[in-house]
Amino acid sequence: MADSTYIPEVAFQAANKAEAAPRYSLLVRITHWTFTLSFFGLVVSGIGIILAHPHFYWGETGNILTPPLFSLPLPTMLGGPSGWGRSLHFQSAWLAVLSGLLYVLSGVLSQHFRRELIPAASDLSWSSVRTCALDHLRFKRPDTSERYNVLQRLSYLGIVFVVFPFTILSGFAMSPSITSVFPWMVEFFGGHQSARTIHFFLANLLVLFVVVHITMVVLAGFVPRTMAMITGKSTARKEAR
Amino acid sequence: MSNLLTRRKLITTGLAAAAGVAGLAVADRVANHYGLLPPDDGGVWGPGETLTYAAQRLLMAHHSMAREFNRSEISKAIPVSGEPPKDGPYAEMLADGFKNWRLPIDGMVARPASISVDELKRLPVRSQITHQACEEGWSFIAEWHGAQLWDVLSQVGVSAKARYVVVYAYDGSWDSLDLPDAYHPQTFLAYGLNGKDLPPPHGAPLRLRVARQLGYKSVKFLSRITLVDSLKNVGNERGSISPDYGYSWYAGI
Repeated sequence: MADSTYIPEVAFQAANKAEAAPRYSLLVRITHWTFTLSFFGLVVSGIGIILAHPHFYWGETGNILTPPLFSLPLPTMLGGPSGWGRSLHFQSAWLAVLSGLLYVLSGVLSQHFRRELIPAASDLSWSSVRTCALDHLRFKRPDTSERYNVLQRLSYLGIVFVVFPFTILSGFAMSPSITSVFPWMVEFFGGHQSARTIHFFLANLLVLFVVVHITMVVLAGFVPRTMAMITGKSTARKEAR
Repeated sequence: MSNLLTRRKLITTGLAAAAGVAGLAVADRVANHYGLLPPDDGGVWGPGETLTYAAQRLLMAHHSMAREFNRSEISKAIPVSGEPPKDGPYAEMLADGFKNWRLPIDGMVARPASISVDELKRLPVRSQITHQACEEGWSFIAEWHGAQLWDVLSQVGVSAKARYVVVYAYDGSWDSLDLPDAYHPQTFLAYGLNGKDLPPPHGAPLRLRVARQLGYKSVKFLSRITLVDSLKNVGNERGSISPDYGYSWYAGI
């Protein structure tokens, strides 16, 4: 009797082994697409917010009576009040941060970051990084293995652990209520308007990353790569043969 | 065997869904009990508004103070957004220097009152040099002088059942503060700016100053204050005129 209770477990494991292990875990796939949705919301609403006041300053204060650091070539208040921009930005930010936290937590627990993203010490040499960069510039197709190359590893780690945290922090630095609890957040960036300007540049960096990411996906095969991120099954090996 | 698996999956999914729905219902009741739901928690942006407000209210459970600055950091010039009303009772009062201006304070208070600026000036004078950011993105630093809202409210005796302070203005604007912001030491009824009487474009004779929120929460040209236990029967029932223009009731950002 006791044995029979284990049957479903055994069957479940056997079924899992029969299929190839998924390229991307379910959690990675779900957070990838919730993050995609929230990132789109953040970019659209970010543009909406900038349209209200496309001038950037340095230090604590900045307004139409003070000289800007630079201005985008747009009229002030283009598109009218941007209340919707704030609402969409914050709603998207919540989804982005919750998806991001789930992704990072699972990546740490499953050792995904350690095993697949942290580059081997030997790959971090200047010549190895240069070879990889030159291969990219010559549009040389990468080898068919599914391992990430050193540039991929460095850019994914940089985006997840450097650019995103600083983007979130510079966003917090613009909140009068959050800085009342953590004044160091705004002092770190050298003032409210400096934080706003840095937030703008970091956001541009994130958009650039997404553009390169999508370009790479298109070069590697848009449909099979996108299907892999939806179903979890990779067809890369079959293609190579 | 596959039947067993499907059934197990079904039961697990069903239990998880039931737990999720029950969890949300419980969370809603708990959040409401602890004052973590903003009045504009409905609609498309409701989830974001609620998460932000609840998270910040928990984070600021103590009276965290907005940053204060030195006199040397005060902005040389302050842009004006929103002109004073050009006609009606406000224009008449402006013409005679607000001699007859009084601020009624009513609603859930023990002793409803009507206060003049001179009476407000007899309360302890408070000053703050704080940063004010506009929702649009620009900002300035200024020194504000006034009475602490709480000093004024304690004169009229706020009922223990009151939960919001609603403020009305002569330009048709109105807004409300929850008690943590109403009691906050940096929440002022401001009658002075940079050492002088508040100029009309900045809200003369009296404006609200809420240091931990964006500029639009600091309502100008005050006409009346009333205390309520719920915002359900006040105006658009969303706590402020701001949601009518697409802005959040809570502007702590």
